[in-house]
Amino acid sequence: MGPFLDFNPFDNLLCILLGISFTVWFTLLLVFIIVPAIFGVSFGIRRLYMKTLLKIFEWATHRIERGAKDNNHLLYKPYSNAIIAKEPTSLEEEINEIRRRGSNRDLDSASEFEMSDIFYFCRRGVESIMDDEVTKRFSAEELESWNLLTRSNYNFQHISLRLTVLWGLGVVIRYGFLLPLRMKNFLSEQVHLMCYRICVRALTAIITYHDSENKPKNGGICVANHTSPIDVIILASDGCYAMVGQIHGGLMGVIQKSMVKACPHIWFERSEVKDRHLVAKRLSDHVEDTTKLPILIFPEGTCINNTSVMMFKKGSFEIGSTVYPVAIKYDPRFGDAFWNSSQFGMVNYLLRMMSSWAIVCSVWYLPPMTREEGEDAVQFASRVKAAIARQGGLVDLLWDGGLKRGKVKDTFKEEQQKLYSKMLVGTQEDRSRS
Amino acid sequence: MGSRASTLLREEEIEEIKKETGFSHSQITRLYSRFTSLDKGENGTLSREDFQRIPELAINPLGDRIINAFFPEGEDQVNFRGFMRTLAHFRPIEDNEKNKDPTASEPLNSRTNKLLFAFQLYDLDRDDKISRDELLQVLRMMVGVNISDEQLGSIADRTIQEADQNGDNSISFNEFIKVGNLQHIYVWAGDHYLILTYILLSVLQDCLCSSV
Repeated sequence: MGPFLDFNPFDNLLCILLGISFTVWFTLLLVFIIVPAIFGVSFGIRRLYMKTLLKIFEWATHRIERGAKDNNHLLYKPYSNAIIAKEPTSLEEEINEIRRRGSNRDLDSASEFEMSDIFYFCRRGVESIMDDEVTKRFSAEELESWNLLTRSNYNFQHISLRLTVLWGLGVVIRYGFLLPLRMKNFLSEQVHLMCYRICVRALTAIITYHDSENKPKNGGICVANHTSPIDVIILASDGCYAMVGQIHGGLMGVIQKSMVKACPHIWFERSEVKDRHLVAKRLSDHVEDTTKLPILIFPEGTCINNTSVMMFKKGSFEIGSTVYPVAIKYDPRFGDAFWNSSQFGMVNYLLRMMSSWAIVCSVWYLPPMTREEGEDAVQFASRVKAAIARQGGLVDLLWDGGLKRGKVKDTFKEEQQKLYSKMLVGTQEDRSRS
Repeated sequence: MGSRASTLLREEEIEEIKKETGFSHSQITRLYSRFTSLDKGENGTLSREDFQRIPELAINPLGDRIINAFFPEGEDQVNFRGFMRTLAHFRPIEDNEKNKDPTASEPLNSRTNKLLFAFQLYDLDRDDKISRDELLQVLRMMVGVNISDEQLGSIADRTIQEADQNGDNSISFNEFIKVGNLQHIYVWAGDHYLILTYILLSVLQDCLCSSV
């Protein structure tokens, strides 16, 4: 009898406590998140949150390093841009260098073929096996310090109790607090801009917009580098755009259809995408009407992991209107926004996004560019790409983002072969002349 | 935990690889990370397709031969040990290694082993001889369609003539070694970066004289 009596008042107390805490929680939610979002005002809480998180991450990494040193082995430091130093020399220069170093005398008359020539190709080949510029762009960027997310840790071993506790606390906060909060916010329905702003708050996205005077105007095309579907949310919360893209099935499709109701977007059926003329015509029709919103295009064609900018498809640059380049750079310490579509589906990706610490990124609006006289679409595209890469601090690559899924074309190999042959045959002509 | 954590290298394995290949601890972990990122099937081995997925290797005219060098005779998969063993050929010879225990087996990055690696790029059928056909094959791979058969043939003949000493119209490994001297050029690129060797052959002075 005794114990049962004891439980009752305790239960009541617990219920009351829970009730109070829920009410408090909801009120806080309302006041601090939804209301400011509607009016576009910020309390600066998120920036404080960011600063605190950074301090914690540094401490966590420091602990791991110390733990590793105690165990007396070197920590694997993934953050380095290259493991080999490559000098930018041409094929001919390098092969001549090999020959010159190998021989003990001057080579005025270069001989046509040396057995040592294969070493140039051999060295290039092994270099690319150890580290190449392309394949690492299609997987998530590696971080210098650990941000308490297991998914970005390569050294996770039990270092200390304190660290584990901190990690455990992090899990509880992220999955028990941040995730439900964001799920709820994500599903709310609002007017276009308000909706996006709430999404931005929902993801705890801390976005810094630079140079807003260059924001895209009606009748233009906005091009940006592509890392994840969140790019769209980020840009759209600061201005209205018309989207272009394929109609997807599933969750994306539903979102796309609902967006069409608010603004005139340009969605294509999968079959229409193949017809480039149709696509170009619809785009140019939209652009000529200066009352219509600027078109938002991601010319890379696929998601890249935000360390580089890959080849821009020339289609959007052929249309001939003003191009407004935008550079988007995420801070990977707070949560990697890169969507590896061959590895995760959309829902999985959203889950990961909503359970990371925050999305921190910078958006730069670059001054508008137009195609110059005598410049063709490809050159124009490279110029825009170079500007975006420079601003965002990304590597400017010539490789096609399509290499994520497809094979490289043979024409590149043929180019190398042609270069080498010119070297051999060219020397033959010189010799016959002398 | 992600799949990376479950396939972390064990300490004993790292020690064994260190002893066999001479790479440092951090170099081995770096290369292991590279190995796992290439291994799309996540079964701990690399196939030829995994290598060919590297665009810069796919456009290398000798790409297929280099990939072949990683796979032992008749096999289609290479594990991390085999991967490291092949890459070890490209480590430079450090001075303190020269005076090591003479009874120990020859290190993978010794001069002879480096030359053997290069020799085997030419010698596809592994009969320890580079025949005229094998030389032509490699030449053809390097120049593509840009040089005619006759021209290529004369280049091959000239090269064999210079190197061949016992008159069997092919180049054996001993002749290959004697064709020239070895020089090393290594590129230091700082901590955590790997060091590459640059293997060279030089042609004997009288070979050059006779061809001009």
